[in-house]
Amino acid sequence: MSTSNSDPVIEQLSAAFPRVPFRAVNPGIPALVVPGENLVDVCHYLKITPGLEFDYLASLTAIDYLDRIDVVYQIRSLKQKRDLTLRVEVDRDEAVAPSVTGVWRAADFQEREIFDLMGVVFTGHPNLKRILLYDEFDGHPLRKDWRLPAEPRVITS
Amino acid sequence: MDVIRLGHKVKEGSIPGDGAPDDAAILYSGAVKLSTLDHALNWARNSSLWPLSFGLACCAIEMMAVGTARYDISRFGAEVFRPSARQADLMIVAGTVTRKMAPAIRRIYDQMPDPKYVIAMGGCASEGGPYVNAYNVVQGVDQIVPVDVYVPGCPPRPDALLHALLTLQKKIDALKAETSLNEHKK
Amino acid sequence: MPIDQPAGVVVPDEPLNAETEQIVINMGPQHPSTHGVFRMILTLSGETILKAEIVMGYLHRGVEKQCEEGTFVHNITATDRLDYLAAMSNNLAFSIAAENLAGVEVPERAWYIRTIVCELQRIASHCVAVGTFGADVGTFFTPLLYAFREREMILDMFTMICGARMTLSYVRPGGVALDLPDEFIPSCRYFLDIMPGKIDEYESLLTGNEIFKVRTVGVGMLPKEKALDYAVSGPSLRASGINYDLRRDAPYGIYDRFNFEVQTADGCDCFSRYLVRVREMRESVKIVRQALDQLPAGPYSANLSRNFRAPEGEAFSRIEAPKGELGFYMVSDGSIAPYRCKIRAPSFINIGPLHEMLLGYKVADAVAILGSLDIVLGEVDR
Repeated sequence: MSTSNSDPVIEQLSAAFPRVPFRAVNPGIPALVVPGENLVDVCHYLKITPGLEFDYLASLTAIDYLDRIDVVYQIRSLKQKRDLTLRVEVDRDEAVAPSVTGVWRAADFQEREIFDLMGVVFTGHPNLKRILLYDEFDGHPLRKDWRLPAEPRVITS
Repeated sequence: MDVIRLGHKVKEGSIPGDGAPDDAAILYSGAVKLSTLDHALNWARNSSLWPLSFGLACCAIEMMAVGTARYDISRFGAEVFRPSARQADLMIVAGTVTRKMAPAIRRIYDQMPDPKYVIAMGGCASEGGPYVNAYNVVQGVDQIVPVDVYVPGCPPRPDALLHALLTLQKKIDALKAETSLNEHKK
Repeated sequence: MPIDQPAGVVVPDEPLNAETEQIVINMGPQHPSTHGVFRMILTLSGETILKAEIVMGYLHRGVEKQCEEGTFVHNITATDRLDYLAAMSNNLAFSIAAENLAGVEVPERAWYIRTIVCELQRIASHCVAVGTFGADVGTFFTPLLYAFREREMILDMFTMICGARMTLSYVRPGGVALDLPDEFIPSCRYFLDIMPGKIDEYESLLTGNEIFKVRTVGVGMLPKEKALDYAVSGPSLRASGINYDLRRDAPYGIYDRFNFEVQTADGCDCFSRYLVRVREMRESVKIVRQALDQLPAGPYSANLSRNFRAPEGEAFSRIEAPKGELGFYMVSDGSIAPYRCKIRAPSFINIGPLHEMLLGYKVADAVAILGSLDIVLGEVDR
C-alpha cells in the first residue's frame, strides 16, 4: 500500500548512485536495503532533489532478528505524496549505523531510543545517551537475548 | 452557658466516626462542645487533607476527574491540591512507579511534613499492576514509602478514590493525635 | 555566550552594576504543569530561558517488550495505557496493524462503530487538552471544569458500550468487542445536539479573552520548516500552516465517505494550536453525525479466535490520533504473539523541537508552550 508508487524513486536512486548495491525486499512492506556507509548520502539526496523532496521522517524503528538488527526508516514526501521505506542491516555484536540527524532532526530522539533499548550506536549523533532508561541501567532490554537480572536493584538515592 | 457554636451539629450522645475509641465521646449540651484533644485534632486533620498533586500516569486523569465538578472531592475538604510537597499532607500516588522515578518519590515523601499519609491509587501503585513483570517498574509504591490505603482498579473509578479518602479519614480518626501515623509504622 | 534568538524576542540587557549569573533549575518530574512525569532542565538568565534540556523516561514501562510476550488481544489492553486519554485510537491503530498482518477483512458496521467511537474519543481528548491548557496559562480551573463536564458525558457513553471509562479495550483486531446497545444512539444524538453549544461556551471563555491571547499569541513559535524537519504531526503541525491530516491524505477505514474540513491555522504559536483543537472538535461532531446517519446493520466483528496467529511478515498502520500520527509497526513470526511491536508515538516525536521552542521565553511561557503541544507521558515514555 505504501511504496507501490515509489518504484520510479528506486530507479532514480539507482541511476544517481550507480555503485551502491541497493536491494529491494518485501517482507510485507516493500523496502529498499541500503548499505550503512551510503545511507547519509542517499538520504540527503532524497531530501533535496526536486521531484523527490522526502522531507518527513515518519518513523525510525529497529528490529532484532536473531542474526542481525535491521534499522528501518519510513520517510515520506508530503508534497509529492509518496512513502518510502529504507532498511539498514547492522551486525548484532558490533551494532553501528550512521546517524541521519544531519538530514532530519526528527531522528535525534528516535536514534537515542534505539541506542537505549537495542544498543545500536549511531555515529555522528550529537548527543547519544540513554533517553528512556536511567543511566546506570545494564544492557539493552529490547534485544531478544536480554533477561531481567536475578536481583534487581532498586535505586533509592 | 455562653453560646459558643463549634463545628456542625451532632445528635445528642452520638459518636461521629465509626470505630472511634471510647474516650472520644462528644458531649453536646446545646452550646459548648467538649471533646478530647485527640478527637478534635483528628477531626481537623481528616477534614482538611491537602493532597499533593502527584499524578504519574493514567490514574492521574481519574484523580483530576475527582477534583472536577461531578465527583467533587471538595465536599470532603480535600480540594486544595498543593504542588509543593512541603505544604501537603496527603500523597496520592496515582500511576506506575518506575525505577527512574523512585528516588524522586522518596525525596518528595521525605519533604512532606508530619503527619503525612499516602494513598496508593490503582493497580500499578499497589503492587505493580499490569506491569508487574516489566524491567523498569517498581512493583508497588510500598517498596519505597509506607502506604495507608490501597485502591484497586485500573484505573479505579473516581468513586473508588473517594471511598479511599473516606477510609483514610476513618483511619485518622482512630489514632492518638500526638503520634503521627508514621511512627507506629517505623 | 551568544545564543540563537528567535526573531522578535529580546533578551533583556543586564543593568550595568548588577552581577548576575545564569542559574540552572529543574522543572519536574513532579510539577503541577508538566502534564505528567516530565523533566526540563532550564538554564536561566533572570527569568529568560537560555537553554533547555529534556529528560524523559520516568514512565517507561517497557510496553514494547511486554507486547512481545502477550497475544494480540492481551496487547490491546497494553495499548489502552499508552495515550491514556485516547484509548480507542490506540486500540484502533494496533488493530489495523494486526489486521494488515493477518489479512483480515473487517465488516462495515464495525468500521462505522470504530469511526464513531474514535471521533468521540477525539472530542474527549481535546476537551482535556483545552481545559488543561487553560489551567496552565492561568485560567486555573474554570475551562477545565466546563470541558470535563462534556468529557464525563462521553465517558458515560463509553461505559454504556464497554463498561469502562478510560482503559477501554473496545476496538479489537477484527472489529469491535461488543455491539452498540440500544440506548447509545439516542444518547449520542443528544450529545451531538448540545456539543456545538458547549464548544461555543469554551470559546467564549478563552478565544476572545485578552489575557489568554497575550499569554499565547506569539509564544512558542514553531515555523513550518522546523515542524517538518522534526516530523511533528497532528494539531501542532496543522497550526504551523501545513495542511496534512491522515484521515484525508492517507485514509484508513471509511474516512473517505465523510465530509469534513481539515482545520489549519497560520500562527505557528500556542494560540493557533489551541484554535486548531477547538475547530477539530466541531469537525468531529460533524463526522459522528454522518456516521450515525449511515450506520448499517450487520456483524460487528470478524470473530477472530482469541489466540489467532498471523502469518510471518511485517505490516504497519498509521492513524490520525488526537495527538498526531500514531503508528504501529508489527513483525510476526507466525506465533500467537507479535515478534516485534514498535509504537510510533506522536507525543514522543512532537517534543523533538521543544528545546528550541523554549529559547528566549520566560519560565511561565515554558509552561504554556509545553501545554500547547499536548503531550501524554504514557505515549512519550511507553
